[in-house]
Amino acid sequence: MSAELFSLFYQFADVFAFLILSAAGLAIVFGMMGVINMAHGEFIMCGAYVTVGLVNLGVPLVIAQILAALTAGLIGVAVEFLIVRRFYKRPLDSLLATWGLSLIVTQSMLLIVGSAVRGIGTPEGSFAIGGYTFSSYRLVLFGCAVAVLAGLYIVFMKTRFGVIARATMQNAAMAKALGARTGRIYAISFGIGTGLAGLCGALYAPTMTLIPTMGATFVVESFVTVVIGGANVLLGTAPAAVFLAVIRMTLNASYGQIIGQIGMLFAVILIIRVLPEGLSSVLVRRGR
Amino acid sequence: MFKLLDGPQTLGRGKIFWSCFFVVLVCALIYPLFADSYDVGNFSYFLIWIFMALGLCLMWGYGGMLSFGQTFFFGVAGYSYGVLAINMGGGTATIAALVLSVVVAMIAAGILGYFMIWGGISGIFFGIVTLSATLVLAFFLGQTAGPEWHIGTARLNGFNGMKGMDPLAVRDFYIEGSALYYVMIALIVVVYIALRMLVNSGIGNVIVATRENPQRAEMLGYDVRKYQLLTFVIGSGLAGLSGALYTSWGQFITPSSIGLPAAAMPIVWVAFSGRSDLTATLVGSFLLLFGFQTITVYSQQTALVLMGALLLATVMLAPQGFVLGIGKLVVDRWPGRRPRDAGPALADAVRLQSDET
Repeated sequence: MSAELFSLFYQFADVFAFLILSAAGLAIVFGMMGVINMAHGEFIMCGAYVTVGLVNLGVPLVIAQILAALTAGLIGVAVEFLIVRRFYKRPLDSLLATWGLSLIVTQSMLLIVGSAVRGIGTPEGSFAIGGYTFSSYRLVLFGCAVAVLAGLYIVFMKTRFGVIARATMQNAAMAKALGARTGRIYAISFGIGTGLAGLCGALYAPTMTLIPTMGATFVVESFVTVVIGGANVLLGTAPAAVFLAVIRMTLNASYGQIIGQIGMLFAVILIIRVLPEGLSSVLVRRGR
Repeated sequence: MFKLLDGPQTLGRGKIFWSCFFVVLVCALIYPLFADSYDVGNFSYFLIWIFMALGLCLMWGYGGMLSFGQTFFFGVAGYSYGVLAINMGGGTATIAALVLSVVVAMIAAGILGYFMIWGGISGIFFGIVTLSATLVLAFFLGQTAGPEWHIGTARLNGFNGMKGMDPLAVRDFYIEGSALYYVMIALIVVVYIALRMLVNSGIGNVIVATRENPQRAEMLGYDVRKYQLLTFVIGSGLAGLSGALYTSWGQFITPSSIGLPAAAMPIVWVAFSGRSDLTATLVGSFLLLFGFQTITVYSQQTALVLMGALLLATVMLAPQGFVLGIGKLVVDRWPGRRPRDAGPALADAVRLQSDET
């Protein structure tokens, strides 16, 4: 019995980790600046490629993953400075600009790197409970997702940067008048967002085939999590991921991955009819 | 009737514009007499996509709804045409398949649109929800390779795509080559004129008013949701028309015409051309398709990189669109003319002439 329960938890943890890791970066950027970064998938791809490249050079996996996340974060700061910065007043145009960037990056990668590079294989290690065998790496991913949530909570709720960032999120003009350097806050937040995207790619790099278009496999999950989460991303993202993971897990188990994804999409479309502002709006109302 | 054609929501009016319009039309009509059949087939191929661009122009430029789902409805109608044409047999039934597949796309748009518009989704979220639906459809169709995935006798065939449907035909006469070209020209003229009349009519004014300020339009007594849904259904239906014509033209359709990067193409055409005007979209999309096809022959990736760069350049340098911007610039600099008055007509004249060169 406990083996079945654990198996259920394992499946939930797997989907939950995928949703949180792929959505966290997008959610931070959206929550802070109201910008949806359409090149999110490309930052994930960047993280994955840097990880694999470094591992093939002989760097240990964990260090390669950290370096990959940092690389994606730094590139993100540069992109914010060069492109995204101009569009904070025109959120729809920021969508188009980052989509243009995404096209350029994906297709250039196809031209330069070609369609596939040698992968590195999932780290070995498994354990058995009852009659079932589980991969340890999947649990590591779940642990990372929880750590990302905890890290974001600490950074945004317990640090000085977090206070200023939340003030900027609430009222940028007022925060600026009180002396917050909002431009820098935005750049750092964008960097954190893309760094998290890079981390996602780095963590999933050992588990999947590396192709320049791999970002597309993450974007649907990250989009729907952010849509369901709603405007207050610090509050909404985790419950949204739990909700979607339960639906996804149930459908995956009975009908397979693709029906799971379709079912998740249908659930999202139904939810936005009832709760157009997402789960966080309900939570905010309850909190008052 | 004529008032609707030359209304306030569209650029290009007066004798000069319409005489240019007819000159271009006549050139387009006699074109197959001078060109070889390969070029005529290529031209038909460019024209297929124009409907999708015009539909997006209506939704985005006039209705303020940025849909990233044009290829979703393109795919729904394209696959529907395939399924219907295969199951109903060839001949005149293909015409019914064409009409029905567009209807299927419009029903799909009605359902998706209902949930989004009545839910109050707008702006950025409208874009990413439609894009999510598009990508999920592409993933779904990509994994239907097995023989268990079939509708009637039509196999979906996964990434390799569906094939083996008949092209449009009337009895034994296949509509292809220059016949198809003339059908396309006729459809484009009809759609273009009809959209012009729509946006200049009372309904069109409400659509534009909703774009400008939904609350205000609602306070004036209009149920803006109905107008938005109508816009979404028409715009998506036009994408469906493109999809059905595409399947008929090449007798195949694959999931790659739905997913990324295909989903970005209509956005690039319309953004580059100038979303706020139908004529600009018509001309700009045609030019881009022509250029894209020319480069794709050498390297598809390079062509797509250029399209991405074009999108980025458009939003950074000319957010209203290049074709529209250049048109206005030409008018303002036109020697010996009062600016603005005869202006837009001339701008369009210049743009329409460049269409044929």
